[in-house]
Amino acid sequence: MFIIKHKKVFVIISAILVCLSIGAIVFSGLKLGIDFKGGSLTEVEYTTIRPEQVMIEETIRSLSLGEMVIQPMGTMGYSIKTKQINETERASLMSALGSDATEKSFTSIGPSVGAELIRKSLISFILVSLGIIFWIAFSFRKVSKPVSSWKYGLIAIITLIHDIMIPVGAFAVLSSIYGTEIDTLFVVAILTVLGLSVSDTIVVFDRIRENIRVGHYKTFEETVGKSLEQVYTRSIATSSTVIIALLALVFFGPSSTKVFAMMLTAGMFFGTYSSIFLASPLLVFFKNLQKK
Amino acid sequence: MWKTRITALLVLLLGIGLGFFVYQSEISYRNLAPEAKATGMAKFPFKLGLDLSGGTHLVYKADVSQVASADLKNSMDALRDVIERRVNVFGVSEPIVQVQNGGFSNQGEERLIVDLPGVTDVSRAVEMIGQTPMLDFRTENPNKDQTQEATVGADGVIKLNMNPQYILTDLTGRYLDKAILDFDQTTGEPMVSLQFDEEGSLLFEKITKENIGKSVAIFLDGQPISIPTVNEAITGGKAQISGNFTPEEARLLVGRLNSGALPVPISLISTQTIGPSLGAQATSNGVKAAIIGFLAIALFLIIWYRLPGVIATVALSMYVLIMLSIFKLVPVTLTAAGIAGFIISIGIAVDANVLIFERIKEELRKGNDSILDSIHHGFKRAWLSVRDSNISSIITALILFWFGTSLIKGFALVFLIGVIVSMVSAISITRLFLYTLNIKKKNKLTGFLFGSGFSNASTQVIK
Repeated sequence: MFIIKHKKVFVIISAILVCLSIGAIVFSGLKLGIDFKGGSLTEVEYTTIRPEQVMIEETIRSLSLGEMVIQPMGTMGYSIKTKQINETERASLMSALGSDATEKSFTSIGPSVGAELIRKSLISFILVSLGIIFWIAFSFRKVSKPVSSWKYGLIAIITLIHDIMIPVGAFAVLSSIYGTEIDTLFVVAILTVLGLSVSDTIVVFDRIRENIRVGHYKTFEETVGKSLEQVYTRSIATSSTVIIALLALVFFGPSSTKVFAMMLTAGMFFGTYSSIFLASPLLVFFKNLQKK
Repeated sequence: MWKTRITALLVLLLGIGLGFFVYQSEISYRNLAPEAKATGMAKFPFKLGLDLSGGTHLVYKADVSQVASADLKNSMDALRDVIERRVNVFGVSEPIVQVQNGGFSNQGEERLIVDLPGVTDVSRAVEMIGQTPMLDFRTENPNKDQTQEATVGADGVIKLNMNPQYILTDLTGRYLDKAILDFDQTTGEPMVSLQFDEEGSLLFEKITKENIGKSVAIFLDGQPISIPTVNEAITGGKAQISGNFTPEEARLLVGRLNSGALPVPISLISTQTIGPSLGAQATSNGVKAAIIGFLAIALFLIIWYRLPGVIATVALSMYVLIMLSIFKLVPVTLTAAGIAGFIISIGIAVDANVLIFERIKEELRKGNDSILDSIHHGFKRAWLSVRDSNISSIITALILFWFGTSLIKGFALVFLIGVIVSMVSAISITRLFLYTLNIKKKNKLTGFLFGSGFSNASTQVIK
């Protein structure tokens, strides 16, 4: 009941967080990686001494490979981003970098592949969202009073937007500090968060639905409030186990999935937060709006 | 009661069996001599994706502007065969050459995807693959009766070098207009009909005139694919190759000839190389994270849920073993993202158990039923929640599977299998073990054992 009594506070907190995130995104911008823009990424590591970055830049400039972005990687390596280069150019790049350099990885993506990835990402996003709306509307179709079933779907969408916005906002901040870019795993993380956070929200709604059916409590507010009390331990326990697993990934897992795991952790955390502190208050708000 | 206990025992034994299988298959595989063939358990190692094994991923675009849409599938299949043969020359273990058809997601482009695990000499790989298929016609070498060289390969097979037997002529695939699958009018045998263009027809006429009674070899990519004997001089550029083809062989030959005749030019649009050291590091880190994650979760479960937590940990271990065995048997290609998906699914597997326990706790708190009944009701009520909440994850996994490159498909598949197996294992295995315990008395001890967190299951919460 505590949550419902203070529902205004919690909704406002969520709203502030979302606004901050949107601000971060607009202000720092999200950088698209080569997966989407096309281009080449070469990661090299030196065995004995790593040359100065300025020297590397000069060497590459002399090869006229166009624009480049070089970043140090660890203590002995560099990551070199250029426009898409073909095999011969890659070979000459490697030889120009010296025999001491070993190529740890090389990725070259054509612009058409990148554009296609953008399309696919947007389509997947829409499909997952639609799939989830329909699933919720369908599974809650019998609960039409006091709040109609499609409103549950609507609230789920609002919480989803909240759940995604905040991690993406955090990513934007990360991006402006470390220069992290959006890659395919980022999109996968977002889509996965969609699926996972909804499942948490559903458990809460599920309980509310059951309590409405049983008709134990007098008012709708009480029903929602008591339902929350009954499920919040479960919600937190469940998310905790997934977050424990994800944290293990962040700290001990492969470097290629670190950012991925961080995004998922944030998404999971806010997913649970929104199921408890956002979805139910909104439900009560909607019902109160109906009366007027 | 005994039936339950025996079933539980069998399930435990199954778990141990699976554990042994997972362990032994990895060990046997590592102990294989380099050239030896895998038998028994060694046939089931974990299949690692490129980002874990190191290797090269190439995406080619096929220029099919010259190909009629009816021929499209055949041309792409023939292209795939040729490239696969070239790749096999490298001795790459388990290369993957796939056609990705033009479609809604591809903007209508026909693509060829080549995955070469363990190959890091990208330049050489790209060079050899990049050539368009070469078709040429050769005549018998007048010096063919010289002594031939036979070499014995490492596997004891004798190889005869046929190539010096034939010499090149001017007639190559450039001059072939079309090859068609045909059937002999009288015998109904499958044959391949060739049609040369003008220049080719003249060349062909000359070659056949000069080689009546001798054989003319058709070479594709430097390997003879057919060596028919010339019966007569052929004018008009039409020829038929017959001779003991099955319809399948003939169809294949037609495809190959057409791909040599109308080479489908391919251009490289995307490359990804991952060095083996990077791959090995990713693998070891992934395994480390998985183990730590599992232990942390087990600890949490036992401390928070006590007795049911212990049971859940056992069920979780079974879950992990079942998943690992599925990965080996299907096989599922593991990528770095896939390992991430596996670790996440361990967390989700617990979810179903948590839902069930919380329900059981509630039933116990209501105070009226025996423990067995509480467990029973808890499971029934929780199943709907479990099902509903996991369906959204399944929807996501399915769409991710459609969306992704091979690296992402790995994640989606692991995630999907994980969610499904987790539902099944929680509902069946956990329930089985809980029933087996057959705890009847309700006292302070069971209250503690079945409670969770900071409260007991025997205390009634006054609201």
